Amino acid sequence: MNKEPMKVTGSEAVILSLLEEGVEIIFGYPGGAIMPIYDALYDYDKKITHILTRHEQGAAHAAEGYAKITGKAGVCFATSGPGATNLITGIADAMIDSIPMVCITGQVASPLLGTDAFQESDVLGISMPVTKWNYQITTPEEIPDAIAQAFFIAQSGRPGPVLLDITKDAQFGELEFSYKKCKKIRSYVPETPVDPFKVKAAAELIDNAKKPMLLFGQGVIISKAEEELKAFIEKTGIPAAWTLLGLSALPTEHPLNVGMLGMHGNYGPNVKTNEADLIIAVGMRFDDRVTGKVSAYARDAKIVHLDIDHAEINKIIKADVAVLGDAKKSLKMLTDNCKKNEHKKWLSEFNKAYDTEFEKVIDKDLHPTKEGLTMGEVISKVSEATNHEAILVTDVGQHQMVAARYFKFKHSRSLVTSGGLGTMGYGLPASMGAQLAAPDRTVVAVIGDGGFQMTIQELGTIAQNKLPVKIVLLNNNFLGMVRQWQQLFFEKRYSFTELINPDFLMITKGFGINGQKVTSRENLDAAVKEMMDHDGPYLLEVVVEKEDNVFPMVPSGASVSHILLEP
Amino acid sequence: MKQEFNITVFSENHIGLLARITIVFTRRKINIESLTVSESAISGVYKFTIVIKTTEDQVKKVVSQIEKIVDVLKAFYHTNQELIYQEIALYKVPTDALYDSDQIENIVRNSGARILEITREFTVIEKTGHKEETQALFEQLNQFKVMQFIRSGRVALTRDPIERLSEFLKERDAFLNSMD
Ligand SMILES: Cc1ncc(C[n+]2csc(CCOP(=O)(O)OP(=O)(O)O)c2C)c(N)n1
Repeated sequence: MNKEPMKVTGSEAVILSLLEEGVEIIFGYPGGAIMPIYDALYDYDKKITHILTRHEQGAAHAAEGYAKITGKAGVCFATSGPGATNLITGIADAMIDSIPMVCITGQVASPLLGTDAFQESDVLGISMPVTKWNYQITTPEEIPDAIAQAFFIAQSGRPGPVLLDITKDAQFGELEFSYKKCKKIRSYVPETPVDPFKVKAAAELIDNAKKPMLLFGQGVIISKAEEELKAFIEKTGIPAAWTLLGLSALPTEHPLNVGMLGMHGNYGPNVKTNEADLIIAVGMRFDDRVTGKVSAYARDAKIVHLDIDHAEINKIIKADVAVLGDAKKSLKMLTDNCKKNEHKKWLSEFNKAYDTEFEKVIDKDLHPTKEGLTMGEVISKVSEATNHEAILVTDVGQHQMVAARYFKFKHSRSLVTSGGLGTMGYGLPASMGAQLAAPDRTVVAVIGDGGFQMTIQELGTIAQNKLPVKIVLLNNNFLGMVRQWQQLFFEKRYSFTELINPDFLMITKGFGINGQKVTSRENLDAAVKEMMDHDGPYLLEVVVEKEDNVFPMVPSGASVSHILLEP
Repeated sequence: MKQEFNITVFSENHIGLLARITIVFTRRKINIESLTVSESAISGVYKFTIVIKTTEDQVKKVVSQIEKIVDVLKAFYHTNQELIYQEIALYKVPTDALYDSDQIENIVRNSGARILEITREFTVIEKTGHKEETQALFEQLNQFKVMQFIRSGRVALTRDPIERLSEFLKERDAFLNSMD
């Protein structure tokens, strides 16, 4: 690009800066305070794609989906006031799930700041608790550097969302444009070098452990440490379990992959947490959905914690050895420092636990004998139909947990789900971002009938942009996950969880999207096949058992040892 | 066990940073007992002194979260014993009371306070010290009806011979350069 300064408007500088950062796609929605930027965008439509979503929340989730698949920052545009506030849910979601995102919001002209001008809201103040960094630009000269910093901060260290609020006068004003990427900020150390002494101390614990267990989270994916993780567990023979967001970092069929942790995770990894003598936690943050009752968690285990974020160390679970730094580097050093080992007997205990779970839960889910369809059998069929190579996007609820349990993965970066915030309405828009990030991969969006209706308008975006997302709508006519809790913990008092739903097929038809509805088992295979063979977006609505529950379950506040296999 | 902790934060001078820092406390429902902000010995670097009552476990986590803020250079915490600290208090009393007896003058002298300004209506007394001391003076002066009273946030120094900030900044710059 031209490195000689040239005179451009602030708005054009925004677009030029995004191009310098390699941005290919913007998700957004225009309005008064961001119109100059949209006007500048009009001249660059060959170089940068803009996806007009149907709601700013959709833009934010789409940007998250894009970021999850590519590892690059997702970019959103929104206007001031309501446009910006509509982004907030997505920003909060990105914050808690460490997703790199750069949001650009228009703001009223700087002389009007603080006057309650039309569509003025304190976006800086509102977004502060849910951004890694935010900044208001009031003069055109600030634009290139602020954008450079925004991308650096969003994408480095533990990633997160940043927001730039640009006043209208800064968009209209002119500047001499030249761009320099940001490589460092004095007050910000994204990553510390791994301390070899800590690695040695960790290796010693690992070499001496009799019942070690590795727990990995999204940190492995963010740092692209999948191969290093595999090398470590294969050398040391340590069984590895994953958090929801760690899913897909290790192939499902890997012999040391012992399954999911936490509330609806697998039986083995949960109960074994309290039998292990060593826990090696990699890029995970001991979320309460993983730990259950903290005081009764990993009681007999020493803890080795690898993380890039110093604030995660000792936040929930005290580490005996903490290895700060990038997991790709720390895992490699750890592998080099550990002895080759095997834990056959210990690993076989996980397999035994799996057999118990299979008999009590999995078999019934996947090969039901009752009439009603289960979520598990649908998910499993769809996963098979994609040869376990698809990108799975989910919404939030029972179907999300069932999908995480039964969808299988061969490749990393194949799961897009809202973990920390549990944002219903996430799935459909996130699937758009995922599909745009990976146009050649199959994207399956598994969504509940409740969450589907939270962002259903994005069917318009899917249709307009011909995004071939395969939507699997698991319809139980309930806010299923809440109903499950009501059944188990509130004496079946189904307070406002039943849904009288619209004709979803008719709605999708209205958007020009094909689909079909399956109500009985014998039609399932053919319907799944038809969906997979269909060229373009497709809705497969499956009416499932109304009152099925997701098991196993660690009741909230209970110890992981007390995981239930049935009610 | 809860006790008083002094959190010191060194930061760049950015709009909104104070709000970002206070969010760390409000989110955890920790009350800020006192807060002072001013430019440090190094131009452009600001120093926050924040006093909270909490447990050591909690203060460690809070300091970690503050240090995570992009524009924060460094954050520390200290117990009161580890610091030399002062607050300043101003007291406005009616000048009449000063003339009626020499009691006020004695109180001022004995408490190491000083008189800042005398007008016909009021006299302003200043005292620096710990909260218990400035509070004790308030109680004494209040027999003469204190008209106005104000106490500042805390300023504090560590018992180290020098402020480590400039060394820290040098190390930080060297570290960042080494990452290139
Ligand atoms: C925005 C939002 N509101 C409320 C909730 C609480 N919640 C969690 S799961 C759930 C039910 C989801 O129902 P549905 O989308 O039908 O999926 P199912 O559980 O039936 O698979 C609700 C209401 C949430 N997670 N997000």
